[in-house]
Amino acid sequence: MNIMMAIIGAVAFLVFAPLIGGLLMGCDRVFTARMQSRVGPPILQPFYDVVKLWHKEKAFSSPVETIFTTAYLVLVAFSGAMLATGGNILLVVFSLTLAHTFLILAAYSANAPFSHIGAERELISVMIMEPALILYAAGIFMVTGSFMLIDVFRMGVPVIVYIPGILLMMFSILLLRLRKSPFDISTSEHAHQELVKGVTSSLSGKNLAKVEVAHWYEAMILIALMILLFSQVYIAAVLMLLVVFFLVLIIDNVFPRVTWQTTVKRIWITTLILGVVNIVILGIFEGVLL
Amino acid sequence: MTSTGKSPWILHYNASSCNGCDIEILAALTPVYDVERFGIINTGNPAHTDIFLVTGGVNEQNKAVLKNLYDQIPEPKVVVAVGICASSGGVFRDCYNISGGVDTIIPVDVYVPGCSVRPEALIEGIVKAIGILEEKRLQLAMKKERNVLEAGK
Repeated sequence: MNIMMAIIGAVAFLVFAPLIGGLLMGCDRVFTARMQSRVGPPILQPFYDVVKLWHKEKAFSSPVETIFTTAYLVLVAFSGAMLATGGNILLVVFSLTLAHTFLILAAYSANAPFSHIGAERELISVMIMEPALILYAAGIFMVTGSFMLIDVFRMGVPVIVYIPGILLMMFSILLLRLRKSPFDISTSEHAHQELVKGVTSSLSGKNLAKVEVAHWYEAMILIALMILLFSQVYIAAVLMLLVVFFLVLIIDNVFPRVTWQTTVKRIWITTLILGVVNIVILGIFEGVLL
Repeated sequence: MTSTGKSPWILHYNASSCNGCDIEILAALTPVYDVERFGIINTGNPAHTDIFLVTGGVNEQNKAVLKNLYDQIPEPKVVVAVGICASSGGVFRDCYNISGGVDTIIPVDVYVPGCSVRPEALIEGIVKAIGILEEKRLQLAMKKERNVLEAGK
């Protein structure tokens, strides 16, 4: 029965995550346009973009690009599927990191300076994200006593009660990984320009489409990790999502891009203050709280 | 209309234009005209481009750059000559360093006249370009099908 549930969860994630992710990106573009007093594109625009890219001519900077971008998409989807089965959080984190390694390799395989700078920055971005994700896993472990995500649902109260700092830390990571200003250092979303699209600058056609779909999967993984903290109170999770969505849009529209040095400093300081302090407090008062 | 026509990403290159037409291209992207309504994004990257907007009469310095950018755009692609200089060389036609229009270097699909071009005319030109883009996509798909059939024989 458990295995059946796990398989259903994984398949549901693989099918619905890109649909919901794409719709979220579409909403993002419409809301951003409205904030700039424009009409904006149709809500299904991200899907049109991907289908169009799929029908473009094959043009590579290097033939290995196809292998690397496919590996990126497959591994990101795999991480998400594993998350949906309620499996081990550490495996999710590690396979997500491996997935990004392939994106970075795809960007490095092109003999182009913009692509290389983008790859370096993507590497920095993944490096910034990693400690936060490990802290997330540590937080879950300290509260539930296990790295299995399914155990979060066995708790009497939602884990957010014990690790609110982790949620706020994950918000800054979401900003970074959605490639939103001020942290869109490696590449940036839709109409924004950074390093002529940085890490994706030498990708085109089908390969770019794969990276785009993988991006939707990744966004859904991070959002799912945030929802998971509210395991039993789903109304709170929905409210949190709405607040996070609008905050991300407002921050994206209001703040200018910062340098990668500032990105490292700000997010690591946030991680340190919110994540580490939360875990330390939890460690000290473990006997009283849990 | 297929997805190709609903998501035309543009690349804008200034081949020795006076910047008049370039300002109008950017004006089309502002809230007043908001061409993102039609899914149009200014990419600045030939690898991601569908519609190539060129302004200016093309001088000796940018011939090679223009050709290079054109070659880097994957099919299906459409070239729009924006402004009278890009269309025919305009008042600079007889200058010793001007080649006289974008079509002397790369094939042009749509000519948008004007000095400088009005955003309305530019949007009209891009709508025409989207029609041609759709046709080219269809041709590309048919060509691919033919190749598959021939390989089968």
